[in-house]
Amino acid sequence: MTTKTTKSPYWQGMAAGAPFVLVVVPFAVLFGVVATEAGLSLFETMVMTSLVVAGAAQFTAVQLLSEGAPTLIALVTALAVNLRMAMYSASLTPHLGSAPVRHRAVIAWLMVDQAYACGMLAYERNLAWSAAQKVSFYFGTVSLIVPLWCAATFAGAVVGEAIPPEFALDFAVPITFLAMMGPMLRTPAHMVAAVAAITVSLVLAFLPYSMGVLVGGLAGMIAGAEAERQMARRGAVI
Amino acid sequence: MTEISNAALWTVIIGLGAGSFLLRFSFLGLIGDRDLPYWVLRHLRYTGVAVIPALVAPLVVWPAATGGALDAPRLIAALVTVAVGLAFRNVIAAILAGGGSLYLGLYLLG
Repeated sequence: MTTKTTKSPYWQGMAAGAPFVLVVVPFAVLFGVVATEAGLSLFETMVMTSLVVAGAAQFTAVQLLSEGAPTLIALVTALAVNLRMAMYSASLTPHLGSAPVRHRAVIAWLMVDQAYACGMLAYERNLAWSAAQKVSFYFGTVSLIVPLWCAATFAGAVVGEAIPPEFALDFAVPITFLAMMGPMLRTPAHMVAAVAAITVSLVLAFLPYSMGVLVGGLAGMIAGAEAERQMARRGAVI
Repeated sequence: MTEISNAALWTVIIGLGAGSFLLRFSFLGLIGDRDLPYWVLRHLRYTGVAVIPALVAPLVVWPAATGGALDAPRLIAALVTVAVGLAFRNVIAAILAGGGSLYLGLYLLG
């Protein structure tokens, strides 16, 4: 199977990643603003954003730290948000596992939702690609997204200090996260996971150190997996 | 909101950076071509859709900005965001609708 276009995999990757700039840039600006509001310096914000490169986990960490949660709880909960990356890693392995280890290390550092989604789609459409071509495509997708992620965080951190409380930015993170839920709730099992997570998190909100969030998240994962198993057993289409 | 100590912040920055890298590198770098047990994959599929609502739910019901009191503009904005996200499957549309609802609610009810 060959593609009709003559563009190299790198440029195809960049073209595939380009539309996601519209989602990534506002999210990064918001992180810059929220991090500054929480008291992080420009340097701290930029180190975090370029080292972690995972918006949802960064928001989670900053949110919990600013609520006074213990360091370990903030760290473990933010890592739980990133557990999905292990799944991405597993499903990219058949395509990229034979690349040199230094390439795999860079792929891992720059692994974001959009690069994973674009990569999996392209690899299924281009079965003849070599591992090197697949790596080029991957680097193409992240070469717009990640630099703009960092630049937009910087912009948000610089303007953040100037935003007065009347703008209710405290609620920007909940709205952004809730907005991501719609496209994520693809099946009844995903709904079950979300409802279970919300219920357990609210019921256990009295627990110290924001532990209800972590326990609620784990309960949601278990509920979603179990719902999927039950539906598969009954032969439902999921 | 409390002041974040330097030690806590840098522990989280470095720990989250290293931990995220290890999660991303895990199978790609260390496990190679071996398959994951299916039940593990089945749980990993639901991490995002579980952990994120668990984090957001208390922020919606007990917002820090009102000292933890249930707040109509914020609750309505949250419901509008989810409804628009579900109806249109579009993140940007949901953010704009939720933000618009929040400002309108704060203006009318705040």
